[in-house]
Amino acid sequence: MTENHTTSKQPGILTPLQRLQEKFSDKIIESHVFRGDETAVIGLLNLRSVARFLKETPEMDFNFLMDLTAVDYLFYTGGRVQKEFRFEVVYHFFSLKFNKRIRIKVPVDEKNPQVDTLSDLWASANWYEREVWDMFGIQFKGHPNLKRILMYDQFEGHALRKDYPFNKRQPLIGPIN
Amino acid sequence: MSSAGNFFTSKLDDAIGWARKFSIFQYPFVTACCGMEYMSTAAAHYDVDRFGAGFPRFSPRQADVLFVVGTISHKLAPVLKTVYDQMCEPKWVIAFGVCTCTGGFYDNYATVQGIDTIIPVDIYIPGCPPRPENVIDGLMKLQEKIQKNEQSRALYDPCSKIGRPDGIQGKCSTEGKIKHIEPAK
Ligand code: SF4
Repeated sequence: MTENHTTSKQPGILTPLQRLQEKFSDKIIESHVFRGDETAVIGLLNLRSVARFLKETPEMDFNFLMDLTAVDYLFYTGGRVQKEFRFEVVYHFFSLKFNKRIRIKVPVDEKNPQVDTLSDLWASANWYEREVWDMFGIQFKGHPNLKRILMYDQFEGHALRKDYPFNKRQPLIGPIN
Repeated sequence: MSSAGNFFTSKLDDAIGWARKFSIFQYPFVTACCGMEYMSTAAAHYDVDRFGAGFPRFSPRQADVLFVVGTISHKLAPVLKTVYDQMCEPKWVIAFGVCTCTGGFYDNYATVQGIDTIIPVDIYIPGCPPRPENVIDGLMKLQEKIQKNEQSRALYDPCSKIGRPDGIQGKCSTEGKIKHIEPAK
């Protein structure tokens, strides 16, 4: 870990975030680095171009989408940042070749929760996006098979949204208890 | 029937009960972490074979005790019910672990709050997961039940609170608790 830290600070070698800032300087809404973990917040419309850049630049080669999830900031009051949008979709990329990580966040509006799919770039995005659709009701444009993956088809609503009643039950058989 | 006849039929029942209780063919319906403890109970150290229950059948049609081991989600509930319906009479059900007894701490949108809301349960084994000693205790209580030719037929009704032994009564979570939160404007 320490080695990574020092190499990334060597002059002439850019960290993935620095490369991203170089290329998309006007499109990054916000970015921060915490103990070597780099995060960039980008707009909805730039997601695919940024993702493609991360994957296809040979000096970064982010070939592994480790995680894709979402956060619902409906009742969010704490923290330093006032959230403008209700949802945030979070992508964690990893480069097996360079042992580097980067986190990309995309704010999503409540009225039109739609994000472009990444399932054609990283195959693992397919099921992650289905999970985010199932739990948060965020749609992924261009996804080949966007249906529920954890809950059953008869389930109504999206269980991890903060306004889903915590004690609402939708059993397939048996009493509503 | 004459008293001699009564004597013989009751003795016959005793003999059948005795034979049944030491030849338990179990169907392990294992879904979650309790499965680890089930395995350790079944393996050589604790050895449920001493109680004649060492032979799991992986077909419900050949089994007479259904071990429900692990969390049952609403998505899986119809499968569990089908497995139970496929078993031949006489049949018994063991709820292994708090997840199957009451839903345990999974009081959420996904989990069945006690499998006794969908199939009748004979023996509840609490614990998360139950220790093997506890499982063997439950198994011996089941043997007593089999010897007496008793079977549970009642389902638990969460609102009238009927059908579950005292001590593990759940609460009816629909009573005046559901409130839909409107998104903040
Ligand atoms: S009772 Fe505990 S150990 Fe058993 S399935 Fe539930 S959570 Fe896992």
